[in-house]
Amino acid sequence: MKEKKKSTGGLGNYFKRMKTATKVDYATYVGVILAFIVVTICQSQGLLNRSMTGMLVPICCYVCMAVSLNLTVGVLGELSLGHAGFMSVGVFSGIITSMSLQSTISSELLRLVIALVVGAIFAAIVGFIVGVPVLRLRGDYLAIVTLAFGEIIKDIINCLLVGYDEKGLHIALNIDGKKTIQSLGLSEDGFAIIKGAQGAAGNERIATFTAGFVLVMITLIVVLNLMRSRTGRAIMSIRDNRIAAESVGINVTKYKLIAFVTSAALAGAAGALFGLNYSSVTAAQFDFNTSILVLVYVVLGGLGNIWGSVVATVVLYVLPEALRGMDQLRMLVYAIVLILVMLATNNPVLQGFMDRIGEKFKRQPRKAAAQKGGASHE
Amino acid sequence: MEFLSYLINGISMGSIYAIIALGYTMVYGIAKMLNFAHGDVIMVGGYVSFYATSYATAQLLGEDPSAMAVGMATLVSVLLAMLVCTVLGVIIEGLAYRPLRQAGSLAVLITAIGVSYFLQNAAQLLFGANPKNFTPVVGGQLTFFDGQLRISYVALLTVVACVVIMVGLTVFTGQSKMGKAMRACSEDKGAAQLMGINVNRTISMTFAIGSALAAIAGVLLCSYSPVLKPTTGSMPGIKAFTAAVFGGIGSIPGAFLGGLLLGIIEAIAQAYISTQLSNAILFAVLIVVLLVKPSGLLGKYVPEKV
Amino acid sequence: MKMKKFLAMLLAGAMCVGLMAGCADDDAGNSDPGNSDPGNSDPGVSQPAGEASGTFTIGVIGPLTGGAAIYGTNVLNAAQIAVDEINALGGPVQFNLIYADDVHDPETSVNAYNTLMDDGMQILVGTVTSGPALSVVPLAYEDRVFTVTPSASGDDVIEGNDNVFQVCFTDSNQGSRSAQYMDEHFDDVKVAIIYKNDDPYSQGIRDNFVAEAETRGIEIVSEGTFNDSTSTDFNNQLTAAQAAGANMIFLPIYYEPASIILTQANAMGYEPTFFGVDGMDGILTMPGFDTSLAEGVYLLTPFAADAEDEATQNFVSEYKSRHNDEIPNQFAADAYDAVYIVYEAIQAAGVTSDMSNEEICDALIAAMGDLSIVGLTSAGSEMTWDDNGAVSKDPTAVVIENGAYVTP
Repeated sequence: MKEKKKSTGGLGNYFKRMKTATKVDYATYVGVILAFIVVTICQSQGLLNRSMTGMLVPICCYVCMAVSLNLTVGVLGELSLGHAGFMSVGVFSGIITSMSLQSTISSELLRLVIALVVGAIFAAIVGFIVGVPVLRLRGDYLAIVTLAFGEIIKDIINCLLVGYDEKGLHIALNIDGKKTIQSLGLSEDGFAIIKGAQGAAGNERIATFTAGFVLVMITLIVVLNLMRSRTGRAIMSIRDNRIAAESVGINVTKYKLIAFVTSAALAGAAGALFGLNYSSVTAAQFDFNTSILVLVYVVLGGLGNIWGSVVATVVLYVLPEALRGMDQLRMLVYAIVLILVMLATNNPVLQGFMDRIGEKFKRQPRKAAAQKGGASHE
Repeated sequence: MEFLSYLINGISMGSIYAIIALGYTMVYGIAKMLNFAHGDVIMVGGYVSFYATSYATAQLLGEDPSAMAVGMATLVSVLLAMLVCTVLGVIIEGLAYRPLRQAGSLAVLITAIGVSYFLQNAAQLLFGANPKNFTPVVGGQLTFFDGQLRISYVALLTVVACVVIMVGLTVFTGQSKMGKAMRACSEDKGAAQLMGINVNRTISMTFAIGSALAAIAGVLLCSYSPVLKPTTGSMPGIKAFTAAVFGGIGSIPGAFLGGLLLGIIEAIAQAYISTQLSNAILFAVLIVVLLVKPSGLLGKYVPEKV
Repeated sequence: MKMKKFLAMLLAGAMCVGLMAGCADDDAGNSDPGNSDPGNSDPGVSQPAGEASGTFTIGVIGPLTGGAAIYGTNVLNAAQIAVDEINALGGPVQFNLIYADDVHDPETSVNAYNTLMDDGMQILVGTVTSGPALSVVPLAYEDRVFTVTPSASGDDVIEGNDNVFQVCFTDSNQGSRSAQYMDEHFDDVKVAIIYKNDDPYSQGIRDNFVAEAETRGIEIVSEGTFNDSTSTDFNNQLTAAQAAGANMIFLPIYYEPASIILTQANAMGYEPTFFGVDGMDGILTMPGFDTSLAEGVYLLTPFAADAEDEATQNFVSEYKSRHNDEIPNQFAADAYDAVYIVYEAIQAAGVTSDMSNEEICDALIAAMGDLSIVGLTSAGSEMTWDDNGAVSKDPTAVVIENGAYVTP
């Protein structure tokens, strides 16, 4: 983050006194709110087709995923390949919560909120358990261990049997493969929530776009405030030079954990929302490939660049859907676009060109931040 | 006796992981990048060999070909696979990775993922989604103890190939001029350039070797587990990446050791604990090992410069 | 056989239209000459509404890319053949086929469904696989889109959804039938099961098999699982089965991993009896597969690509000529049947394409109750559907002998 670059944006005294970073943050909030308002209006006017409407909630979830992963990868500077694992924890704990409260709490909204909170808490706990050992490692070793944890979480949920009846939750771990949902001994009124590898099916779909928007705003507020706070500066100092940070008395483990657990909790909340948007989910959906997908959003949006993550997520999530007309060439084109974008954003000639454009529009604070969208970070 | 069988299964699968991991580790050690497309180069190698062999049996060999002719056809198909993969590897490096030499490692990582998607989807368009059944390059098995213990020739071949490749690579990087240039690039690209080493050519060479290894791995993988489809390479690729890290990424003996251990742990976990959780156990062992030895079993510990 | 029937019926239908056009439109209902035709016994016995007509938009959702692409492409290709055949007949009912890729992913399948709804889908032929089906089917239920799934065999797919009908067997049906067959035809079996525990299809059949095996007292000596990330090597599962003394291996999985198991068992010199389910179909036609390895393998199959009957042969040759000699698997056959089922249901219900989705759906659901159809996948008998939407096909076991399916 080259946030310290003083801008001379002259849009009034108040703005003048603000730091560029703060302006960018506010612009991000305003942008997301505007997008929400525009989409809601379009929706109420019937301007959005079903395919667009259907993508709204998953987009919100992935935006939260990308922003929270950016906290680990961009702000803390540690490559995580297991972010989908935390999402998975959120998905299933959220579904269990919402399904078991079905009979006691009738308000869907309240259930949704509780499910999101529970999803976040569980993911945070798992994030803590994972983070303590993982954060001792560095670089690619850390990356592979997060990947390993993501796969372990997937495998464990694949063995999980959960059911609910009037006596409460029944949970079993199907390690030898011999248990089925019948082994839980549910009563007549009981129902299965998670059937091992078959996942959770028959969930009620209570997620809404408004809830997604609120979650995105909360994620943005949490992450941006964390970044701009004293804690955030400590975290970024660890990224830039761990030894220097240690030498000035920063507790590296503590700050790494703060970033990692926050990131996991937000991913968990996003997962809970995601899970409650589909009538069936399986643990296999949240594998290594999903982690990579979110990482692509983050890198393309720019490391440490929060609004970049938001934009990149929306564009890249919609892209494969928009390419549906191309049939089998669809994913091929997606791959080519991905490679070309990476090449273009890191091309020195193009970067210089963008810089010059940036100079011209220097007055607009957002552009100043835009040109550093590339991923030049070790 | 069963234990021996499991051990042999583990060693054979482990050797395949090891060969793939050697390719990973070569590229990582010298170019300092995680080449996630490596697994898909394996798949391409498998397809080339499959089509070459099919063509040979259908067009060139007669009704009842001699063992010699079949052997020659197989050998030629393997060489052809190596050639195609080498060219492919060099092209990928030149087009997708070289322009990013100055960019961060993450940018290269994402590009590698893009290349991986590209290869998988291009393979589906070219070869179809229909899985192909690969005929093993060698058939038959050795039998011990009245048939209680059997070792297939494919497994033997895999182990031998793996050892030969490992030794060959160690000698190559240690003794040859090119190998020394590679190690120099690995240490410090800038200094290597100043010493008159052509860094780009050296890295291309690394990719060529890595991709040729991928072709061999592809043929052996498909001989051992004979289903070939566009996603064939991706999972073994990730496992092999794990193996390379396990042994200490960048280290050639490490990749060998990591691959073998991975295969054995997997086999023992499946045999005696749970097939459901074999992957989880595997990864748990990896985590424990990395916590004790943070740079892998045989990895170099690089002290941080201040 | 089937084609002839259709032709007969369609000619009858065309005659009927001709007649009606000729002598005004006062007697559409009972004096339908189609009913007196002996070749046309199945649909339209209790014709409620008028003549079915119009161009219906049928949507196919399935994996066209990714690891499961083989199933989706087979379904799409076969559905296209069926649609082209029906359109070529030039009858009043025409089809317009649209499709979307779901990459075998529940999340993408919802996007695919929404896209097709935007494109005006009236009837859904899909989804191809069970996982995505569980996500899509509740939406189709709410939107009242009539759904025939060729191959999503999960029991949950149809349960509670009156608009969804299956062409394939349900998992429970296959699992219990396999156990029953083993009990009745083999003495002293010790069964080992190798199944894919992250696939609802495989897990579902296994659960039902085990439940039935317990009540019948079949001994299960070993169970091995695998998942997407461990589907390349089965030596360990096979060694365990051999060590446990299994003489029968039950494989409720698709033919692709099964071909690895057969090859690796052969390399080990282990020769139990292998017993597969409908997913095993396709193994004989897998490019490069040594069919001698599959000798003596039992499987439950609704379809054999080398069957002698005319309908199957026409279909297979048409498929091969369109798709560089690729041989269709049972998914393709199920999809081909699915399109014809929709076609017959439309005719029986007498719906027109300008009706709303809900009207079409309700009329077709009503018609499905009385429908009985002979298709590629029903082995000459007639398929009917219960209220739940499950097909009445009886899974019959065949054994592979000399590279062909033989009824033992």
